[in-house]
Amino acid sequence: MTGFAAFVGRAAAEGRLVVQPRMGMASPGQMRAGLLAVLGARATAAGTLTVDSYTRVGDHRAALTALRDGARLNGYPIVSHHPDTTRAVLDGLAGLPVQVRHGSADPRAIFGALAAAGLDATEGGPVSYCLPYSRKPLRDSVGHWTEACEGFSGHLETFGGCMMGQLCPPSLLVALSVLEAVFFRHCGVRSVSLSYAQQTSPGQDAEAIRALRALAGRFLSDVDWHVVVYAYMGVYPRTPSGARLLNDNAARLAVRAGAERLIVKTVAEAHRIPTVAENVDALESAAAAAEAAGFEESTEDTGVLAEATALVEAVLDLPGDPGAALLAAFRRGLLDVPYCLHPDNAGHARCHIDDTGRLRWSSVGAMPIPRSVVDRDSPSGSASLLAALHRVAHLHDA
Amino acid sequence: MNNLVLLSGTASDSHTWNLVYLQLLLEETGYRVVNLGACVPPALLADECEAEQPALVVLSTVNGHGYQDGPRALVELRSRPGLAAVPVVIGGKLGIGGPEPDRADALRAAGFAEVFDDDTAITRFREFIASHALCRTAGTAS
Ligand code: B12
Repeated sequence: MTGFAAFVGRAAAEGRLVVQPRMGMASPGQMRAGLLAVLGARATAAGTLTVDSYTRVGDHRAALTALRDGARLNGYPIVSHHPDTTRAVLDGLAGLPVQVRHGSADPRAIFGALAAAGLDATEGGPVSYCLPYSRKPLRDSVGHWTEACEGFSGHLETFGGCMMGQLCPPSLLVALSVLEAVFFRHCGVRSVSLSYAQQTSPGQDAEAIRALRALAGRFLSDVDWHVVVYAYMGVYPRTPSGARLLNDNAARLAVRAGAERLIVKTVAEAHRIPTVAENVDALESAAAAAEAAGFEESTEDTGVLAEATALVEAVLDLPGDPGAALLAAFRRGLLDVPYCLHPDNAGHARCHIDDTGRLRWSSVGAMPIPRSVVDRDSPSGSASLLAALHRVAHLHDA
Repeated sequence: MNNLVLLSGTASDSHTWNLVYLQLLLEETGYRVVNLGACVPPALLADECEAEQPALVVLSTVNGHGYQDGPRALVELRSRPGLAAVPVVIGGKLGIGGPEPDRADALRAAGFAEVFDDDTAITRFREFIASHALCRTAGTAS
């Protein structure tokens, strides 16, 4: 087990949820100050180096130009900073496991940089860091991710449970998260976590996280794994109280459904990159909410596990290794992400939020999901799309 | 009458809900839209512009690199002989610290026809495309 995974495992054994920010600044000094603040937070916290967008798309020249000009970046350019610089950022932070969060369809340079700095944990996936993050063909992403994973001995988290951040039905999120973890394992990674991002309905989310655990138990029995929940990844409440409530609800969801780790969101989310203080506040608030919450044995079954299982099995039944199977699945539309503009996504699937707040299919395209689950058309027109995107924010701001 | 809008993300920005939304809004207003999607490098944007000859180019970015990526895209467009005059606007969350009026003004000075970077963005954009449509009709008639 890696240092990162061992930390999460110890906390879980003691019944504590690990909370983690999404935090990244261009300047090494500020980055270090941020990590120190996380270490000092009243919470069982892991640290994050969130990478900037230039590094994500492989434009290291633009990242270097920004560093030279003192232009502000939305993250830490880990490839452009020298490994010694990053080691200095991390120096003396032994008690704090740190994960690198990026969003790159070609993560090879990032994997190299984090290993050179002595780090052992990162995240992503060939599908989830291509379709919503890049123009690269999915085939290239699968190739790059295969290469990066094959030389990697640390802990790797799937981002598949967060496709598009919002408006993706839970069964597809669960299936993608499992499939990416299966891909990682095939490439030789021995320690993984499976992500799931809070969506529009607490009941449906708890059901989805249980489905994720069930499928992880079935398909990943020979590797170390845990589940990580992301606080809502779509349009966030604008008011501080609304933002705090949604973040706290994510912590409650994580505990209730038995997840081991939570990635938090701050009161700045709807507006701008958060400050260090706002990140610490979100960590402490989530930790307190988690402390007061309890695990719940069962949830109702509305079919999330059955749908996710059908998707995973249909993909893994395709010929070839998991990477080849994922490519074939997207080519045939067996996996089809709603509202995703990437050319390698079929683009026939659509969804909506029903009257009880659950995410439901409006169109399943060619996915192996019975058409009988489709109950209504998806929002069409800019106003109804915006209303669906803002629904969670409005409910929490009210 | 050319009612084509070229809609595009910027080179480093992968957000697309903004693009999906703006495409619908423009189509509802009577425009045809070519949506180039996310992470569009300046050269690709300029190539597509030369091929499509749009009446308006709309750049949308929310990742906080807009003040860097926006001007780079504009410089490339203006470097192409056929694209010296096509109006280009930009909007979204341009910096990482909320709206910055003087940097928006700097973008206008650099040649953006308009900058939509705050809570009034969509209202002002609707007005802009309405008046833009009027100008175009007037121009075609004369
Ligand atoms: C969903 C989301 C994602 C999804 C995107 C999925 C997808 N394919 O689109 C995922 C999870 C993948 C993602 C990734 C990232 N994200 Co993001 N994301 C969001 C989030 C939560 C919602 C955005 C959204 O969907 N809005 C819905 C659309 C319809 O609205 P909109 O984009 O806000 O656009 C509106 C206006 O800005 C305006 N507008 C936009 N463009 C234009 C253009 C014109 C001409 C006009 C008139 C108006 C206009 O009109 C729209 C309607 O009102 C926002 C925070 C929030 N708002 O709550 C962060 C946010 C935009 N993300 C952010 C960042 C930094 C990133 C990352 C770099 C990761 C990171 N460091 O945190 C990566 C992007 C990587 C890259 N290469 O750039 C930051 C940007 C910071 C800033 N600008 O200050 C935000 C604000 C979060 C934050 N506070 O840190 N993200």
